[in-house]
Amino acid sequence: MHRRRFVGIAAITALALAAPAAAQEKSIVVASTTSTEQSGLFKHILPPFERKTGIKVRVVAQGTGQALDMGKRGDADVVFVHDRDAELKFVAEGYGVDRREVMYNDFVVVGPSADPAKVRGSKDVIDALKKIAAAQAPFVSRGDRSGTHAAELRFWKAAGIDLAAGRGGWYRETGSGMGPTLNTAAAMNAYALADRGTWLSFKNRQSLVVAVEGDGKLFNQYGVMLVNPEKHRHVKKELGMAFVDWIASPEGQAAIASYKIGGEQLFFPNHRK
Amino acid sequence: MNAVHARPSPLPLELRDVSFAAGGVAILSRISLTLGAGTRTVILGPNGAGKSVLLRLCHGLLRPSAGTIAWQGAAGRRRPDAMVFQRPVMLRRSVRGNVEYGLKLAGIGAAERRAIALQRLEAVGLARLASRPARRLSGGEQQRVALARAWALDPALLFLDEPTASLDPAATRLVEAIVQAMHEAGTKIVMTTHDLGQARRLADEIVFLHRCRVVEHAPAARFFAAPTSPEAAAFMRGELPV
Amino acid sequence: MSERDAFSTALALIGGADPALWGIVGLSLAVSLAAVALASLVGLPLGAALAVFRFPGRGALVTLFNGMMGLPPVVVGLAVYLLLSRAGPLGGLGLLFTPAAMVIAQTILIVPIVAALARQTVEDAWREYEEQMRSLGATPRRSVATLIWDTRFSLATAVLAGLGRASAEVGAVMIVGGNIDGLTRVMTTAIALETSKGDLPLALGLGIVLIALIVLINAAASAMKAVAQARFG
Repeated sequence: MHRRRFVGIAAITALALAAPAAAQEKSIVVASTTSTEQSGLFKHILPPFERKTGIKVRVVAQGTGQALDMGKRGDADVVFVHDRDAELKFVAEGYGVDRREVMYNDFVVVGPSADPAKVRGSKDVIDALKKIAAAQAPFVSRGDRSGTHAAELRFWKAAGIDLAAGRGGWYRETGSGMGPTLNTAAAMNAYALADRGTWLSFKNRQSLVVAVEGDGKLFNQYGVMLVNPEKHRHVKKELGMAFVDWIASPEGQAAIASYKIGGEQLFFPNHRK
Repeated sequence: MNAVHARPSPLPLELRDVSFAAGGVAILSRISLTLGAGTRTVILGPNGAGKSVLLRLCHGLLRPSAGTIAWQGAAGRRRPDAMVFQRPVMLRRSVRGNVEYGLKLAGIGAAERRAIALQRLEAVGLARLASRPARRLSGGEQQRVALARAWALDPALLFLDEPTASLDPAATRLVEAIVQAMHEAGTKIVMTTHDLGQARRLADEIVFLHRCRVVEHAPAARFFAAPTSPEAAAFMRGELPV
Repeated sequence: MSERDAFSTALALIGGADPALWGIVGLSLAVSLAAVALASLVGLPLGAALAVFRFPGRGALVTLFNGMMGLPPVVVGLAVYLLLSRAGPLGGLGLLFTPAAMVIAQTILIVPIVAALARQTVEDAWREYEEQMRSLGATPRRSVATLIWDTRFSLATAVLAGLGRASAEVGAVMIVGGNIDGLTRVMTTAIALETSKGDLPLALGLGIVLIALIVLINAAASAMKAVAQARFG
């Protein structure tokens, strides 16, 4: 009676929720980074792709390191990240194929408008980090193996700063995404390295402003690649490649270029055949 | 309603050297007793004499520490006894649902269950409340539902553990009338009470318990006229804690 | 940002009838209700059985369930992720990053809650019922079923506690669902996302909508419970 009806409802609900997964609608999973998702880029470029191909793109946004791990486990069809060294390693180890460099933006060092380390307006990121360390001005790091984190660590190394001494003091790792890290920096009046896309779309800036930009070293390249179907048989090769090809196509490149916040372009297509 | 007579009786129920202890404390010690058909047996005794425990042992809710309890008559398919407790537990369903519950456990079909339940509710005077939620009834009405529920099972033997201890006099009379009706329909009655008036009204024979033992087992008339044991005499003079 | 912003954002969200928002609300409810339904199917009989049956190791099991009421959602999420990952033992099902995966994770999370609370409720009732049930000839199995039915109003509280936990947690659904826009984005992961983007008024607005929903469900449930209890005693 009542009990049986209850069991029935529960079973039907569970099935209804599982159904979309079972139904073979055309879709791919793209493991990408918080910078592309949270900056709003995907919301801008995916609709034309989906309209054209009928392929639904499901974006799981994580740090570059986690996104690559997802690819290694076979939980994504396509990886779209920004850490050139890690990407090349990923491909070399046979986890990814058909890597394309498709766009770039740049990193910026943001900091409190009071600028305790006196780095504002600098065009030399290494020099700026040295000054921040010397002033022991608070600096908030992603600390999450993301592409941004990897870039930051490269800069510190180039500046010859040993972070071990500053850890827990002026150097603070949040172990979280770009947004939470910026929230933390805003709350603590700290410096942070951010990708420009997330920074431009970030709303809780409080006193944060761009302190350092325009250094060639701050260049941030994005790559897209298919997870190797030979490693993971279920990878949707055709659908995934359709996405990779489209991003690199003139149409996809134009879509990237047309994404602007407040008149400012966030990502710059640079695919070379 | 005369189904009991039609079936061969499982009675008497015989206890041989039954002892019961809990936590190292003896509660009943070497009880031997034969509960035969037809009569109404009332178990009397001061507080703590072990009356309730004796009923629970007979009904199978407790297991004796020593000794045996066995039906001596014809073995039936269903358990031949039922029990009504001092505080009836009403299931959170209708009055009729409560009466049908035991029948359902016994594997009786829906139509027959319904017919039996309504018949028994009629017999206890509660037919008009059949579809009411049982837990909303008064204490006296609930005890009558409990009697109907036990009666529905057509027990050869009905145990009642202080069935009127928490009821007012009017409700007590109604319960006694139902017990009497079941007796007349052929059910063996075994009941504990601390109400001597009730014992006089209902008992055919008395089992008197004192300090873990059966001190006296006698026809009611003789017991009340001239108890042979000094303990029973003291009990009836009100000198033992009831 | 002030509280006023968040409240006006919440009102605008509710009043604006934004289909994306209602999709998120709907999915949140669907996932959590499905998880609660499944967890009740498992947890209520389990808890009731723990209350009624006596067997060696019962005490340890009771302690285990009480302890697991506080399972960390991220740990459950991670375990389910590894289970459902393509490289994991159930990878072939292709359930990762689907609502079904979220239902599985939340179910695991709240089964101990439902079971532990049901055990408590049923054990209290069993103390009252045991002699009567045994007298009527009920087997322990049958007693479990009867007790679940008889304590249904009190068990509603256990189920609601499960629902509250399911709809409020973010750690597990974030990991196994992936917070995919339009597919696995629920209230809590949307709040986490908006917080990440620094859009705190929107995040708090969504939070207010979520809290309002939970309060509403609880109010409706207790009203139903009160009416039913008055009716059935």
